[in-house]
Amino acid sequence: MEQSIFRYILRYSRKDQILLVILAVASWPAQYASYELPKSIVNDAIQAKKPYPKEATLFKFGLGFEVEQIPWLFVLCALFLGVILANQYFKYINNKFKGITGERMLRRLRFQLYGRVLRFPQATFRNMSQGEIIPMIAVETEALGGFIGDAFAVPVFNGGQLLVTLSFLFVNNWAMGLAAIALYPVQLMVTPRQQRKVNRLGKERVRHVRALSDRIGEVVQGVEEVHVHDTSRYERADFSRRLGLIYGVRLKIYERKFAIKAFNNLIQQLGPLMFYVIGGYFVIKGQMEIGTLLAAVSAQKDLAGPWKEILNNYQIQEDARIKYEQVVSQFDPAGLRDERLLDEEPATIAPLKGEVIANNVSLKDDQDVALVDGLSVKFGLDERVAVVGQSGSGREYLAQLIAHLVDPTAGSISVSGHDVVKAPEAITGRRMSYVGPGGFVFNTSIGDNLYYGLKHRLLGPNPNPVANAEYEATRSETISSGNSLDDYHGVWLDHAAAGAGEAKQLSSVALNVLEQVGLTDDVYNFGLRGTIDPKSHPQTAEAVLKARTAFKARLDGDAATARLVERFDPALFNENATVGENLVFGTPIGDGFNMDRLGENAYVLSVLEKTGLTQRMVQTGHQVAATMVELFADLPPDHEFFQQFSFIKSEDLPEYQAILSRTDKEHLDQLKPEERGRLMSLPFLLVQARHRLGIIDKDFQDAILKARKVFADNLPDDLRQAVDFHDSIKYIAASNLQDNILFGKIAYGEAESAQRVGTLMAEVVQAAGLHDTVVEVGLSFQVGVAGSRLTPAQRQRLILARSLIKRPDLLIVNDGLSAVDPAGQGRILERLLEAFKGRCLLWTMPNAERAGGFDRVLVMKGGKVVAAGRFAELNGSGNGIAQMLA
Amino acid sequence: MSLHDEVELLRTIPLFANIEPSKLKLLAFTSERLTFRQGQDLCRQGDMGDAAFIIIDGEADVLVENGGKLTSVAKAGKHSVVGEIAILCDVPRTATVRALSDVTVLRISKELFFRLVREFPSMGLAIMRELAARLDRTTSQLTRALGRITE
Repeated sequence: MEQSIFRYILRYSRKDQILLVILAVASWPAQYASYELPKSIVNDAIQAKKPYPKEATLFKFGLGFEVEQIPWLFVLCALFLGVILANQYFKYINNKFKGITGERMLRRLRFQLYGRVLRFPQATFRNMSQGEIIPMIAVETEALGGFIGDAFAVPVFNGGQLLVTLSFLFVNNWAMGLAAIALYPVQLMVTPRQQRKVNRLGKERVRHVRALSDRIGEVVQGVEEVHVHDTSRYERADFSRRLGLIYGVRLKIYERKFAIKAFNNLIQQLGPLMFYVIGGYFVIKGQMEIGTLLAAVSAQKDLAGPWKEILNNYQIQEDARIKYEQVVSQFDPAGLRDERLLDEEPATIAPLKGEVIANNVSLKDDQDVALVDGLSVKFGLDERVAVVGQSGSGREYLAQLIAHLVDPTAGSISVSGHDVVKAPEAITGRRMSYVGPGGFVFNTSIGDNLYYGLKHRLLGPNPNPVANAEYEATRSETISSGNSLDDYHGVWLDHAAAGAGEAKQLSSVALNVLEQVGLTDDVYNFGLRGTIDPKSHPQTAEAVLKARTAFKARLDGDAATARLVERFDPALFNENATVGENLVFGTPIGDGFNMDRLGENAYVLSVLEKTGLTQRMVQTGHQVAATMVELFADLPPDHEFFQQFSFIKSEDLPEYQAILSRTDKEHLDQLKPEERGRLMSLPFLLVQARHRLGIIDKDFQDAILKARKVFADNLPDDLRQAVDFHDSIKYIAASNLQDNILFGKIAYGEAESAQRVGTLMAEVVQAAGLHDTVVEVGLSFQVGVAGSRLTPAQRQRLILARSLIKRPDLLIVNDGLSAVDPAGQGRILERLLEAFKGRCLLWTMPNAERAGGFDRVLVMKGGKVVAAGRFAELNGSGNGIAQMLA
Repeated sequence: MSLHDEVELLRTIPLFANIEPSKLKLLAFTSERLTFRQGQDLCRQGDMGDAAFIIIDGEADVLVENGGKLTSVAKAGKHSVVGEIAILCDVPRTATVRALSDVTVLRISKELFFRLVREFPSMGLAIMRELAARLDRTTSQLTRALGRITE
């Protein structure tokens, strides 16, 4: 990248910069006129030293016709108006274009820096954390945008103005001209010197801030350790120290920076002083006219503006220069990958055939320790290869070298005739794959994570014509900023690479792969808890409704299973649902009904009023509150029982206690409205089968049933969309698949009901042919930041699945399943060995226990392959490999 | 049966005899009441235990596996506590408990159980007493058995 910001600016925005200079110069006449016209209006039109009518003159030029005073005043004022408008318009255009130029360059710079991050060799990330990289791209570059628009226009414009004014001055009186610039050399000597100090401090500040954000990132990642070892004070002390360092540097910068400013201002004001002293002396001596002196003073005033601007710009420019250099120097690490490797798109990408040949390969770390030491090995791309070696044997580095995650220090590796160091990623990233301990799950759905390895190149425009037109409209701007012209929302997914002839078949491929890595059940369970939109998936909704019927039949078929689920029945009170759910008898949509605070909902209150239930609900609420206070009052506020069992949060308990102590059962009418609301919300949370408080008797149930009908019948229009009423023949869009099939509540009192229902449901789902659909719904499960909603084992399985779905000719599995239990690892290995018959599967392992099923075993020790061959040959009588490793 | 009845019932059980009623209410409220149908297992020998059971109603068979065969070693009836050993000392279930009729239990989770023992030392004492009694019973049974063998 360009080492200096000016070179960078000129390279990418020369035309824009020229235009900006032209714009600045072109705006000058209007700007000049806006200062001069008012003078003419006052001196010429209003004060009228000569009698009118006279010849119209503007800026000392005769216009060749005579005018009267009043019309002339109006003409000049109209002219003045025009000048004001023109001036502001110029300013607007100028600023806007400056902004555009700066922002385009900023966009380009960030894009280039990001592109470089993707080309960093892995070693760079050992010394440079995301805490440093992020602020460099996101924050530090920000200030450059503002400067880039001013880079040339400001100095050229102000310099020009300065020169013009100065030449007038010199032409009139060269001595005065000299006097006007007499102190400039002092400024030119002092300012840069001081500025260099400020620059140095600026660099230091940037370093400190980077270290600070790096440290924040580190502590956030290692926050577990902070809590485990009670080191928060220690960490805060460190942070405080760092903030102090930044403060100290900032303070020094301020001192210097404002000292420079003050010095320059001082010099500025010394100018007139010089005139008064020197010029005054000459005038008194009679060697100079007073008029010349006054002209010189006013000329000096005219000089002050542009000169100040130039000095100011100099400071900003230095600041920008430092920032740019500090950022760019970080983005040029040794071993930066050739751009070509990322961008090259070979005409055809043939399957990898032949051999993997490593020839005298060495890899050294930054301390020059050999991790891989003159290793040579050869194996076929139709072989399944186990790399056996203890830790320190270099097995993981061999895997990384073949996958071209690291560059060898010496030697070469070729795969199917491609030198991996020079092969474009179009080949290594599509025909090969690698699953290592550093695998990552992105914060999106399981499906998107799974298909991540199928999105290499833009395959077609966005099929949505409106969205595509929107994209096309931004295209020319993207070109101006030198950004990527690939439409992110276009078609990227290469289903053919996964072996799916049509996009529709991709999900069946996905199911297959999930099965291979043992994720099917997990994704199935995510699917059961997932929702679908019945409008866009009418067939699925239909099938789910059929499954609902089948599930009912299955339950009813046996007295033992019939007890497991209490189905929703409009005529019956559901003892396993809350009172609130029994009243609403539907799934709330949006925030029209908050099930936790039904007692404060105006419509619910009106329903209670209509059915004469209000008093009873208040009484019941009082009773529930009293019970809760009795049960939980003695517990410490952070007790987990509050979360698990109480209807009342620990922090709200005192409030209820206060309500209870103020009002007894007989005087509930004295409650304030908000207290009533609070109390009335409580009974709605009761589940008869679970809470057994003996409050919900038959009579109460009947009353709620009546209220249920009133609630449904009188629902106002604005709330009609807020509830999806339970209807045994209707799909509930707001509920998940499981609840849709269940159409009821799992019974609380039946032992192991949840598991048994799960098993039954799995049977029904399978029989209804819905299993795969449920899994597909599970694919849209959002995995959270870095996959945090998945277990480590699930994450690793998903990462492996991502590599499998692109059907690589060479798959390297390097400690990529450490979180999966040994039995699970064994099953996956077995399936992969089967799937990779005739392809290359390279699997690293610490001992030979699992090496038996491979075609070839490489035994590694001390960074070398010490033996290679068939398992049986190497292992001899049974522990040959173990002896080699020892 | 409401919470109130459950509390009354718990008070008749020696283990909980010394615990104040309000705490028993909390215990009843925070534990699950489950029905095991005839033939269903409350727990299985060898599984890891995560809960103890107080039988409220019905009768269960305590079975021990012996050479691939389940042998009944005891019956657990109304008001007895089963399954506490596995959660007390983190060993797998020492026996299978199978419902002989429909059995209604209060299921006390391991966390809840320990919390109660910690918070109410009297309950710990009661458990100690109960276990000591069982040990005494087992020891005398063993002595008798040994005596028979030597005879």
